[in-house]
Amino acid sequence: MSGARLASGGQIDRARRLEFRFDGRAFTGHPGDTLASALLASGVRLMGRSFKYHRPRGVLTAGSEEPSALVTLRSGARAEPNTRATVAELFDGLEATSQNRWPALAFDAMAVNDWLAPFLTAGFYYKTFMWPASFWEKVYEPIIRRAAGLGALSGHDDPDDYDKGFLHADLLVIGAGPAGLSAALCAGRGGARVILADEDFRMGGRLNAESFALGDQGGADWAAGAVAELAAMDNVRLMPRTTVIGAFDHGIYGAVERVADHLPIPPEGKPRQTLWRITTSRAILAAGATERPIAFADNDRPGIMLAGAMRAYANRWAVSPGKRVALFVNNDDGLRTARDLAAQGVRVSAVIDARADAPDPGIGGARHLPGAVVTGSAGRLGLDTITVRTAQGREFRIDADALAVSGGWNPNVHLTCHQRGRPVWDDALAAFVPGADLPAGMAVAGAAAGTFSTHGALHAGHAAAAEVLEALGHTPTAPDLPQAEDAPVNLRPFWHVAGKGRAWLDFQNDVTVKDVKLAHQENFRSVEHMKRYTTLGMATDQGKTANVPALAIMAELTGKTIAETGTTIFRPPYTPVALGTFAGRSRGRDFKPTRLTPTHHWAEAQGAVFTEAGLWLRAQYFPRPGETHWRESVDRESLAVRAGVGLCDVSTLGKIDIQGADAAEFVNRVYCNGFAKLPVGRVRYGLMLREDGFLMDDGTTARLAEDHFVMTTTTANAVLVFRHLEFARQCLWPGLDVHLISTTDAWAQIAVAGPKSRVLLQRVVDPEHDLSNAAFPFMACGDITVCGGLRARLFRISFSGELAYEIAVPARYGHALMERLMDKGADLGVTPYGVEALNVLRIEKGHATANELNGQTTARDLGLGRMVSDKKDSIGAVLSRREGMMREDGLRLVGLRAVNTGSRLAAGSHLLERGAQAVAANDLGWVTSACWSPHLEAPIALAFLKGGAGRLGETLRAVNLLSGQDTEVTVVSPHFIDPEGERQRG
Amino acid sequence: MIIHHPLLGPRDAQEFTVLGDASLIDRPDGMAEGAPDAFDSYLHLRDNPAGTHRELWYHEAGDRSWLVVTRDTRTHEVMQVELARDVALAAGRGR
Repeated sequence: MSGARLASGGQIDRARRLEFRFDGRAFTGHPGDTLASALLASGVRLMGRSFKYHRPRGVLTAGSEEPSALVTLRSGARAEPNTRATVAELFDGLEATSQNRWPALAFDAMAVNDWLAPFLTAGFYYKTFMWPASFWEKVYEPIIRRAAGLGALSGHDDPDDYDKGFLHADLLVIGAGPAGLSAALCAGRGGARVILADEDFRMGGRLNAESFALGDQGGADWAAGAVAELAAMDNVRLMPRTTVIGAFDHGIYGAVERVADHLPIPPEGKPRQTLWRITTSRAILAAGATERPIAFADNDRPGIMLAGAMRAYANRWAVSPGKRVALFVNNDDGLRTARDLAAQGVRVSAVIDARADAPDPGIGGARHLPGAVVTGSAGRLGLDTITVRTAQGREFRIDADALAVSGGWNPNVHLTCHQRGRPVWDDALAAFVPGADLPAGMAVAGAAAGTFSTHGALHAGHAAAAEVLEALGHTPTAPDLPQAEDAPVNLRPFWHVAGKGRAWLDFQNDVTVKDVKLAHQENFRSVEHMKRYTTLGMATDQGKTANVPALAIMAELTGKTIAETGTTIFRPPYTPVALGTFAGRSRGRDFKPTRLTPTHHWAEAQGAVFTEAGLWLRAQYFPRPGETHWRESVDRESLAVRAGVGLCDVSTLGKIDIQGADAAEFVNRVYCNGFAKLPVGRVRYGLMLREDGFLMDDGTTARLAEDHFVMTTTTANAVLVFRHLEFARQCLWPGLDVHLISTTDAWAQIAVAGPKSRVLLQRVVDPEHDLSNAAFPFMACGDITVCGGLRARLFRISFSGELAYEIAVPARYGHALMERLMDKGADLGVTPYGVEALNVLRIEKGHATANELNGQTTARDLGLGRMVSDKKDSIGAVLSRREGMMREDGLRLVGLRAVNTGSRLAAGSHLLERGAQAVAANDLGWVTSACWSPHLEAPIALAFLKGGAGRLGETLRAVNLLSGQDTEVTVVSPHFIDPEGERQRG
Repeated sequence: MIIHHPLLGPRDAQEFTVLGDASLIDRPDGMAEGAPDAFDSYLHLRDNPAGTHRELWYHEAGDRSWLVVTRDTRTHEVMQVELARDVALAAGRGR
């Protein structure tokens, strides 16, 4: 037992106890604790095993930059791996488990890796697992992943909800330390709409972790007072437990609020986390700074932590880090830890200061060793002693169960880099500070800008907010800030202690000083190369504590300055974000919306089986009792249409209403075939090309009046065609008098198909409308009424090749119309059919769908080349006549019929000569659509075949290498049924 | 990204679909002499500037306006947003 709870002090509620478990052992803590502080207070130093070498690890930091103390929080489906114990807020019943160890944390068999370390240096994977190449994915990678790694996912669905939200503000203040609180107070008092976000559950930043006073108050008390004042302002929104993760274009910031992570399970109706998109005019980054370690041999032993963290544990959480504490520093700030610990009654045994001229902090009983360094550490599973080398070169051991290390502080510049801004090196501070190229609207204040004193931070925050207020037209109030310490930065840059043994830089990725030297030796010298070669700065902490010391060492090795060496920059997110948070509610069934047809519930009641068509659910077929295979249903439905009458909901096709004096001219320009002279009351099939001459879409367009057309599109292209038409209308011909609106959802449209369709329709269409062949011929259309006055549209069009109509009524009547048609057609044997039968019927008729209009085919390929008019300018016409698209031996749509009716024919098969080898060079084309034709009682298909027009009657093979099919087929006309079109005209 | 729609004010880029270079407005006359070459250039030849770029954006989840957005490709700063219809009319496009 090393650490212990101090008798008094700290921002914890000692009156309440929280029970929790770590690796099955029971512990207690208090409200206000993190998992790390509660474990340290319970004497636990060993919290995890390192990534590669499985070294014992404890806590290095007290914040979100923690590289080592990663645990799996909770269990079962709520288990979350790689949670930093330093930011996990303690709650009653918390369960945590250590990671990357087997069989136990204290005895980890994989620690053998540590003995193999000489073989596991940087670049080891690239060199060792080179050969054979096929082994990488199957053998090497799985083994390496098991041996080296972080925690494992639960494998269960996450039972919690995640939400997304939008916020707007005049000013977003990021970080609620002295600079952030001061900025928020100034802006809030001045009347601006302010959001103050901080990743911690207790606002105040370092004020909560330090012992010094602000005015006549303690720092934490002053922070609490500021927070209380802000909370009372209507124009200020306080967001604790909220990490601003990214700075995006145009004043947009991403933030993750951990709404319920501090509770065992989220309260009813609450999300676990919310991803906020904050749009703000201005932002003040007051994210503070992160302390950096000094590298020395075995500097990763549990018990060794950063000086600022140790001070935070003592002051904020009343945790004594050990019985004998030593310090190893290169700056005055680190000395504060010695003073604070001594003031709390903790025994400080030695202050080892790398600076020869170091000031004596004057700690009673502590040896002051200026110009000395720590050269090593010892202790099983935790620190027992350190080895010190004095300025005179004398080496000796000092007993210490805790060591505080400070190599200085790095401003948290991360968000300043999110739009490619580059930090600049400040020699006086020995740190990177934000560069001039900040995201628009962002200012940086306090330690994040390199202003490390509390006095400086308070004033910088106020000044930054005052500038925002003035820019927004508010009048800032005079600063009302307390007296605070204003100590200058007094530091001598010192990065690592030379000597034998491994000295850790990146604790999370097990990157040592030696690895950086190896990268240098092998010429991976740029910071970007070094990062990738050594894996430094990757994984959950993104090198927050490691990057700067590593590139300082690289600078030493290359003989350059740190400014010349430069730094890698940072991308969002600032800290790890669970994928579930990005997904929000868009998962599972809610991943995308589902569109239901107007007759969906009717079809459901009929027992229909549904299929997805884009966002739509469409009836695929309607099984009847006794039918055991889908094809039985589909065959029955198809035959019923050809023999009697069938009904199919076709509402999913896109419908675009086109009106205006120039509507005809407009339609004529977007279709490649002629539409200008289409008479009122008639429908025409239209082919739409892209400007590059390839087919975009097809459909039927009806002219309901001189200035009124209704265009239909394929279901898949409804959105694209509408966008395309709006482009043509607004950008190409803005002078045409034409307007468009999508009416896809406004009308329920039902195909009534089969020789008995007219008889059936006459029973629902009001008697004043003459449906005789003479009065309402093939391709007629018109406004009608049905069922005693309901407005409707009737189109005599046929996808099946039979006498057929499509009838449209306002969408809300679709269900009723379907029921009425079923009722009135009962004696005719009326049969509902799904998209499967619809597809069979259209293949038998040789009509194209998306399978044939796949973006690579032309009107000519479909055998419709003559439809492209050369008497007018229409979109795509010019380039459709390019030489390469006019080849005589080009693809042509043909029909295929299996020679053996017992064989199988699948879409996607490729066509080959009978004797030819199944290789790409012999490819003659491909099958686009295939089905069993119940009418022809044979497998049939549509296909694109090279020179297809001249090959009717030939026998070829349709080969599908995926399913091993090799089927003999006869090339026939794509019109299997009624090629003269007599049925549809009857 | 925020796009300041000339009619609707600041709107989030998620509401828009981008098409590409605003030169797509300048469609040649398909019936004119040399149309194949003109269309080849129109469709295939684009400038790819590092800096100011004019693009067509469609307010698909909004009012269906096509917009010409002038944007700096290096900084994502949006300098100007116009209705594509106005741009086309000003360029002499009509019927």
